[in-house]
Amino acid sequence: MDQIRRAVALISGGLDSLLAARLMLDQGIHVEGINFYTGFCVEGHTHAIRERRRTKPLRNNALWVAEQLGIRLHMIEVVEEYKTVVINPKHGYGAHLNPCLDCKGFMVGKAREWMTAHGFDFIITGEVVGQRPNSQRRDALPVVARESGAFDRLLRPLCAKLLPPTLPEQEGWVDREKLLALNGRNRKPQIALAEHYGFRDYAQPAGGCCFLTDASYTKRLSDLWSNRGHRQYDLDDIMLLKVGRHLRPAPNFKIIIGREEGENRYLSGYRGRFVHMAATSHRGPLALIQGEPTAADIDLAARLTARFGQGRHAGMVTVEVTDPHGGSKLLEVVPLASKEISEDWYL
Amino acid sequence: MHRHQLDARNMLCPMPVIRTQNRMATLSAGDILEVRCTDPGALRDIPSWCRINGHEVLDSRTEDGEVVVIIRAGHQVGGS
Repeated sequence: MDQIRRAVALISGGLDSLLAARLMLDQGIHVEGINFYTGFCVEGHTHAIRERRRTKPLRNNALWVAEQLGIRLHMIEVVEEYKTVVINPKHGYGAHLNPCLDCKGFMVGKAREWMTAHGFDFIITGEVVGQRPNSQRRDALPVVARESGAFDRLLRPLCAKLLPPTLPEQEGWVDREKLLALNGRNRKPQIALAEHYGFRDYAQPAGGCCFLTDASYTKRLSDLWSNRGHRQYDLDDIMLLKVGRHLRPAPNFKIIIGREEGENRYLSGYRGRFVHMAATSHRGPLALIQGEPTAADIDLAARLTARFGQGRHAGMVTVEVTDPHGGSKLLEVVPLASKEISEDWYL
Repeated sequence: MHRHQLDARNMLCPMPVIRTQNRMATLSAGDILEVRCTDPGALRDIPSWCRINGHEVLDSRTEDGEVVVIIRAGHQVGGS
């Protein structure tokens, strides 16, 4: 009896990796999924934080994909290791701070380590030649295979017929004739294939899975780095960049203001680390202050906090300012008028 | 059979699932794990992870604003 070959599939939660894994299952391959958490994944976080996004049930798309396929999914946190990819990408960034080619090489490399450690035979991804301008260019695909160390054990079922045969094809573990030759940015073939398999309600594809492709997020990250004078970060830093309004009225401090109850609740978890404030005379947001504010800066921050609460049109608002150790004081402030808030303050 | 607890509060998706997965990898079949989270998505995600990995969800509920999921380890425990 032929040995059942085992493949580890990179599962992002999008349609392409779902289809790639399904094609392998059709060929009798034992497939298990792997999903990496970098800290920049759009998956889940903002949905979990913000109340108003609760129109759909919260779900993790990678888990949903695994359930659709009936495969195991291994979720691996790579926040620390991933910093080298973000901070100093060998192949540079895309349109924003997205190091897509280095990222793909990193993730396939981690999958290769996992494959070796668990006795699997090859790796599959949902990549399609020419679908992405950076990491899925025809000339980039061999770079990923080489730099990850996966070499010919990396199979891309959706476009394999356009690429040289890999080891699984050469050895007959996989029938190359049953693989696909998808090419370019047109999504219709994938959507038709999803329909064929009966996959519905899959996550909308293409480019939306990473905050590093988001212009406003990367503006905040750039501000964080330039303000600190170095390009390091920790998980809390990059999580906080996803939450609230961010304004920097002066180089020495920044204010993060919750936009609704879910964000206020999330920000309240950081009260022990930052000076924070909220109006006591009116309903309004929680605000965190990062940096080294002067007394005048605290007053300005209190006026901003009042501006974004229900007392914005009041003559005076009482704001409680609390330091990380719990010491607090009350300030009576006039809410800042809209015209007093410079557009340049917004990050 | 042993009972264990995991505090995954103040973590956001997918960290509660990852912490649950990593803790389950240290348990024996039949052990019970109670996970407490504040991320409302965990109410769906942790049972989903359990289904695909062969563990039994004995209870899942929201209690005082926290998500509580109680899991019995299946036979497929072990590292990821």
